[in-house]
Amino acid sequence: MTILAKHAAYKLAYDELREHGVDPFNVRFDSVLSPTEGMLAGRRTILLGTNNYLGLTFDADCIEKAVEATRRQGTGTTGSRIANGSYDGHMRLEQALASFYGREHAMVFSTGYQANLGVLSTLVGRGDHLMLDADSHASIYDGSRLGASEVIRFRHNSPDDLYKRLRRLEGAPGDRLIVVEGIYSMLGDTAPLKEIAAVKRETGAYLLVDEAHSLGVLGETGRGLAEAAGVEADVDFIVGTFSKSLGSVGGFCVSDSPDFDLMRIVCRPYMFTASLPPGVVASTLEALVKVRAEPELRVSLMRNARRLYDGLGAMGFETGPEANPIVAVAMPNQEVAVIFWKMLLEAGLYLNLALPPATPTNVRLLRTSVSAAHSVQQIDTALAIFADVGRQLGFLGSDRRRAGGVI
Amino acid sequence: MRQNHQLALVDSKVVGWGRPVRDDISAIFEQVLGHPVQVSDGTDIVEDLGMDSLGVMNFVMAIEDFYDISIPLDRIAQIQTVGDLIHAVQDLRSGTPA
Repeated sequence: MTILAKHAAYKLAYDELREHGVDPFNVRFDSVLSPTEGMLAGRRTILLGTNNYLGLTFDADCIEKAVEATRRQGTGTTGSRIANGSYDGHMRLEQALASFYGREHAMVFSTGYQANLGVLSTLVGRGDHLMLDADSHASIYDGSRLGASEVIRFRHNSPDDLYKRLRRLEGAPGDRLIVVEGIYSMLGDTAPLKEIAAVKRETGAYLLVDEAHSLGVLGETGRGLAEAAGVEADVDFIVGTFSKSLGSVGGFCVSDSPDFDLMRIVCRPYMFTASLPPGVVASTLEALVKVRAEPELRVSLMRNARRLYDGLGAMGFETGPEANPIVAVAMPNQEVAVIFWKMLLEAGLYLNLALPPATPTNVRLLRTSVSAAHSVQQIDTALAIFADVGRQLGFLGSDRRRAGGVI
Repeated sequence: MRQNHQLALVDSKVVGWGRPVRDDISAIFEQVLGHPVQVSDGTDIVEDLGMDSLGVMNFVMAIEDFYDISIPLDRIAQIQTVGDLIHAVQDLRSGTPA
């Protein structure tokens, strides 16, 4: 018995996975060559599961800015902004984010995870009510536990269930904060934000949207689902991350709340962690410029997403409900999912094996994320590999529905 | 597409307002699990009824719909036995703060 023996059930499940001769949660790349390719076990592998939506990790200007800032200001800040002070870059990044979203205020966190921890634990407290979509990301659930408010979850993407639960709270004191995501990370489905905004207005709640997977992806100017749905005025807080479309690391929150800056002295995940290094801040600033200046990136991204989504659907695979840059393929059971994933990898295609409890309703998924940097040929190669492995495992052919009925 | 809410569609003829909470919960369990179950206050929902954490969450949503209540997450985390669940439902129905 060790102190970690309490996690024996997880160990058992993990050992079962590894009996297939793979470790999907411990993939080791020899090197990463570009936003879309890496070397794995000496083989050139297409990266189709790294959330690198705009392909900016290797952008020459972003790299140049990061290098220049690192040379000029050093590798790290060695502490929090409260203790060590803010650098010019932190301030400029916050101004750039506020300007990008057309908001009064912005606050930068050291990761997207910490942004959710910080914002959710600070906006609501004892006596308040936090309304979470049941399929919320782990960082949202963890943020809800860090605070002291009452946490109520509503059925995924159900404005009716949300309304019902807010109505049950009628007459109870305290603020209500509704939390939804722009694009949900496992199935790539979007929130019905118009309807949720209507519920928010009717019940007098606040609304927070996590645009982690939709920043730079959705909306006319890349501001995310709130922009695409035309309800930005109803969204009180937007949270997001730099680690996907912006190709670096970090998180943020923007808002028009007049006393927003109060967060800087009460929000613990902001106050008690080291601030972002100058190089990261500089590349993020440049990436934000690219999101604004190069709308064609979103065009390429959605073209690739549509091509992959339609291609997989045409083969008979069961995918999520919308053609977004996250395309998930449902697997009938864990064993098939693991073997399928392993065969894809051996054929030179890397994506995510997503298993419960990280997935909604116990579904097993092969989760892909498409990049603007993928060539059409890479998407077609990925589709060909899927078709080949699918045939070998008896997915395709006469019984097209074998993969069906899971999602 | 994936929120097949069969758990929410608990047959209102099977469960009824006139009975103790335990009988209603027992009937909902039977519908969800698809076979008769013997439950007492000491029945452990996970260990004895073989429900995983997601199953419990969905089951709780069915209970919430039936009684028109919301059981906060911290409260759900404390529920281990049928007795705990009955207690939580009774508290919330009588308006006792969670």
